[in-house]
Amino acid sequence: MDISQYKIDNEPFYDAQSNEIELYEAAYDARLPVMVKGPTGCGKSRFVEHMAWKLGKPIITVSCNEDITASDLVGRYLLDANGTRWVDGPLTMAARYGAICYLDEIVEARQDTMVVIHALTDHRRELSLDKKGELIKAHPDFQLVISYNPGYQSLMKDLKQSTKQRFCALDFDYADAETEAHILQKEGGVDEATAKKLVQIGETARNLKGHGLDEGISTRLMVYAATLINKGISPVEACKMALVRPITDDADIRETLDNAISMIFG
Amino acid sequence: MNEELFAEYQEKFTCKFPKAVELFPELLGYAVSKLSPEGVEAYLDGANFLCKIGQGVEPVLVYMEVMPDIASHFGKGTNKMIADYSYLMARSPNKKALIPFLSTLGHVCRRIDRIEDLEFYLQIIDEYVEKTQTVIHGHHSLYESPGMVALLESMPQLISKLCLNGIRNFIDYGARNYLNAPDEQIAYFKLESHDAKSIITRERKGTTFKDVERHMDMLKECMWDCDLPFQTFATAFDQLRKPVPYLDDELIAIPDVYDEENGVSGIDRYRATLAHMMAHKTWSSQLMADNFAPHMQLFISMFEDCRVEHLAIQRYPGLKKLFLSLHPYPEKGACDDKKMSCLRYRATRMSRALLDENFDPENPLLEEFRERFHKVMAEKGEGSTTQDMAELGIDFYVKTRKQSSDSLPGVFFDDTEVSYRDDNRYIWFYYEEYDESDEIMPNEYENEEKIVENEGGLPPRHYDEWDYISEGYRPDWTTVYERLHPSGDAGKIDRLMAKHDVLAKRLKKMIEMLKPQNKKRIRFQEEGEELDLDIALRSVIDFKSGQAPDPRINYSHTTDSRNIAVMLLVDTSQSLNERNEQTGQTLLELSEEALAITAWTVEQLGDKFAIAGFCSDTRHEVRYQHIKGYSEGYTDEVKARIAAMEASYSTRMGAAMRHAAHYLEGQQAEKKLMLVLTDGEPADIDAKDPQTLIQDTHKAVEELQSKGIYSYCITVDPKADEYVADVFGNQYTVIDHVDKLPEQLPQVFMKLTH
Repeated sequence: MDISQYKIDNEPFYDAQSNEIELYEAAYDARLPVMVKGPTGCGKSRFVEHMAWKLGKPIITVSCNEDITASDLVGRYLLDANGTRWVDGPLTMAARYGAICYLDEIVEARQDTMVVIHALTDHRRELSLDKKGELIKAHPDFQLVISYNPGYQSLMKDLKQSTKQRFCALDFDYADAETEAHILQKEGGVDEATAKKLVQIGETARNLKGHGLDEGISTRLMVYAATLINKGISPVEACKMALVRPITDDADIRETLDNAISMIFG
Repeated sequence: MNEELFAEYQEKFTCKFPKAVELFPELLGYAVSKLSPEGVEAYLDGANFLCKIGQGVEPVLVYMEVMPDIASHFGKGTNKMIADYSYLMARSPNKKALIPFLSTLGHVCRRIDRIEDLEFYLQIIDEYVEKTQTVIHGHHSLYESPGMVALLESMPQLISKLCLNGIRNFIDYGARNYLNAPDEQIAYFKLESHDAKSIITRERKGTTFKDVERHMDMLKECMWDCDLPFQTFATAFDQLRKPVPYLDDELIAIPDVYDEENGVSGIDRYRATLAHMMAHKTWSSQLMADNFAPHMQLFISMFEDCRVEHLAIQRYPGLKKLFLSLHPYPEKGACDDKKMSCLRYRATRMSRALLDENFDPENPLLEEFRERFHKVMAEKGEGSTTQDMAELGIDFYVKTRKQSSDSLPGVFFDDTEVSYRDDNRYIWFYYEEYDESDEIMPNEYENEEKIVENEGGLPPRHYDEWDYISEGYRPDWTTVYERLHPSGDAGKIDRLMAKHDVLAKRLKKMIEMLKPQNKKRIRFQEEGEELDLDIALRSVIDFKSGQAPDPRINYSHTTDSRNIAVMLLVDTSQSLNERNEQTGQTLLELSEEALAITAWTVEQLGDKFAIAGFCSDTRHEVRYQHIKGYSEGYTDEVKARIAAMEASYSTRMGAAMRHAAHYLEGQQAEKKLMLVLTDGEPADIDAKDPQTLIQDTHKAVEELQSKGIYSYCITVDPKADEYVADVFGNQYTVIDHVDKLPEQLPQVFMKLTH
């Protein structure tokens, strides 16, 4: 098993919003499990990647969804020509070889699935594979990080208290206008004026949250728009394509945002 | 015109009314200047003819006054056509309408171009007469059409707002709906009634605010982060003062319709108006009006308008193009300050210059202030104040003042009105301590509808009603007042529940069965949670024996959950007070019990659930009483409201359903269900034709269907079979034994949502 394939070689760009880097480093130092909260596309995954690179640790990412099961995390028996064979799941692999295991959008997974991580996230730091009859003591480098978006939390999709209370949490939000503009320049390759206008559009759309929009325009989408502009698409077209069409099917909202965009770009 | 010709014409003019003879030379002179010799002949023929129809001199004079313009506009044949038509009208019971007809004809003709249109116009009037004349025992036309005079007198206003087809619809609507109500018909055609306004708004050309309301709401929210509500005012009625948009601390007043202007569409005009007012809201502060002379206020307002627009354009550069295309362009030298007051003209020129760098660049005065303005804006930007603009405004006024003409009564208005700007009441306040601002600037555009006491309720909402005869909606026909249902003794409901203890226990069992089965196993999955051993073994055997194995060897679980929102709409009309002879209970009491048990049941099931009662006292007052909201639990407060239910008035079901649907629509649920509990057919005291409200309710059911709401009726009316299927299709249950209602209602509910 070559765990080094999960290592990140090049520095992922990350612009700190405040002191989250130091906080994370301290948590990793004590191997405390960390939970990263924030709206979609605000840089949670990028942050975790960046930290893994900074600490020089491999990172195994699992994107959670409703169908994910305990065996998808832990591992399962598969059939091959000689009968059955055990295959480690991502969580087991991370615990065994010492990687950061990152469970993205954890609320998407069903609550009872997540109970398997309990033993790994307290003082025991162990994972029992009952089907295989093995007890894994976690590697000293192992750390568990989860992320979720409190925005579309509903009664159905929430973490159990017993899960929540095993993590220390970092709260993320969209970066302030200046940082966001800087990110767009750096990632999307647009000039400062365009970046500022994109940020203005983003703020405009965030005002509509709760008036027909579930979420504002994420930093990620703005980076897309910037990239398109960089490729020579006209700013208004790029914004419609990257910022408006993806987030809404509502004709009125679309028209409103289109109008705001043409007003901002003049 | 030489004397010979005049004498010839005078000879041909055979009318001998002294007044006509007296005015003849003047009228003829005008006619000769407008018409060809042939035309003048026809004109005189027409006048002579009208002279003899026995209506005195007045029609002759009006005819002679208006016809030259009309005839020259349309050409040959017009004189005869109008004279003949006038004759017919003079012979009909509507002879009183002749003068209004002739005197408003000029206004009408100015708006239409072809003689066919004129014919059409006459035809429209004929149609109206036909619909409204009273026929008694086969003798036609014994009585006049009541609204005729009013209609013709309103014609100049109508033609300025509507096209001929629109007028036809307008007339048709009035003739049909007020056939037996002459007073209302007259009010309608005088454009005094609310319905007339609604119809004109509907028939108008241009963009109505209703069409863009949601868009404007969102623009306001997202571009300006403002939560003031909009209020529309009617623009279709020429008042002494033309209504102008305004902004105050409580609302944004905006016209109900915008036509296209300068190639800018109605929706863009709304956007410009909104942007301007929002810019005031964002950047303007108040000045004390008493400190400045009225003329100064004009200029200060203008500079302040320009300042906020300048800032708005900095934030949203696209606004510049929009503002420029709407801002008037007062031509150099258009206003002569020796004869007229050029205040407005100067202000608008300055304002254009501040907005448009290319406007009149050589004018030293404009240049000076343009520079000063831009200096302030460059230095201070968003930090600039209304006070800065006051200084500029005063200086500008002092520099340009014309002692001799500024106060002249004749004010030069052409090209000086900036249509997207508000009246700037937002930036002025007054010293007078006892004058409430409301009194100085009352909310003058408010509807003068019947005001219904609605303390503690929400502002009224209007809904269209379906008219099955014309197959069209009557716009804003009903007015729904929503208020919180009064509360009574919650203990009463608990006692009722105790009485139905057995029933509750039985229902509870049913609920258990209905409750989402937490887990359901789905077999034969290629990817799943667990290995399905039976299938897996079979596959292994297949595999080992050399056959293709079935790869679907896993199973997984899904949760089976209910996601429905329910609205229970209860009829609380007077008839509910009827007592059941066997049990001695009134329908109202039974309804209360049924509601209590159903509410309890649904609460147990955990569905989203709301209850409201409704009744109506004519279309002007449909009462909608909130009993339980979606976010409320089945608490003591809700119980107290159910306990206080009272029955009165009638059943205007369509309006109540539309109102309830507006809440249900906002719920996020896969299935939406509206249960209507009633004891009789939809009816109201102002709807004489029983079919009207039945058909309207049917239409409401269809509307709801298209919004994804399933309506279902539960009726206790034994005669319901006659009509309920017409309204609800097959979505209804008739409960024959009224005393079983408390038991049946929750069961019907569970059956529906199973």
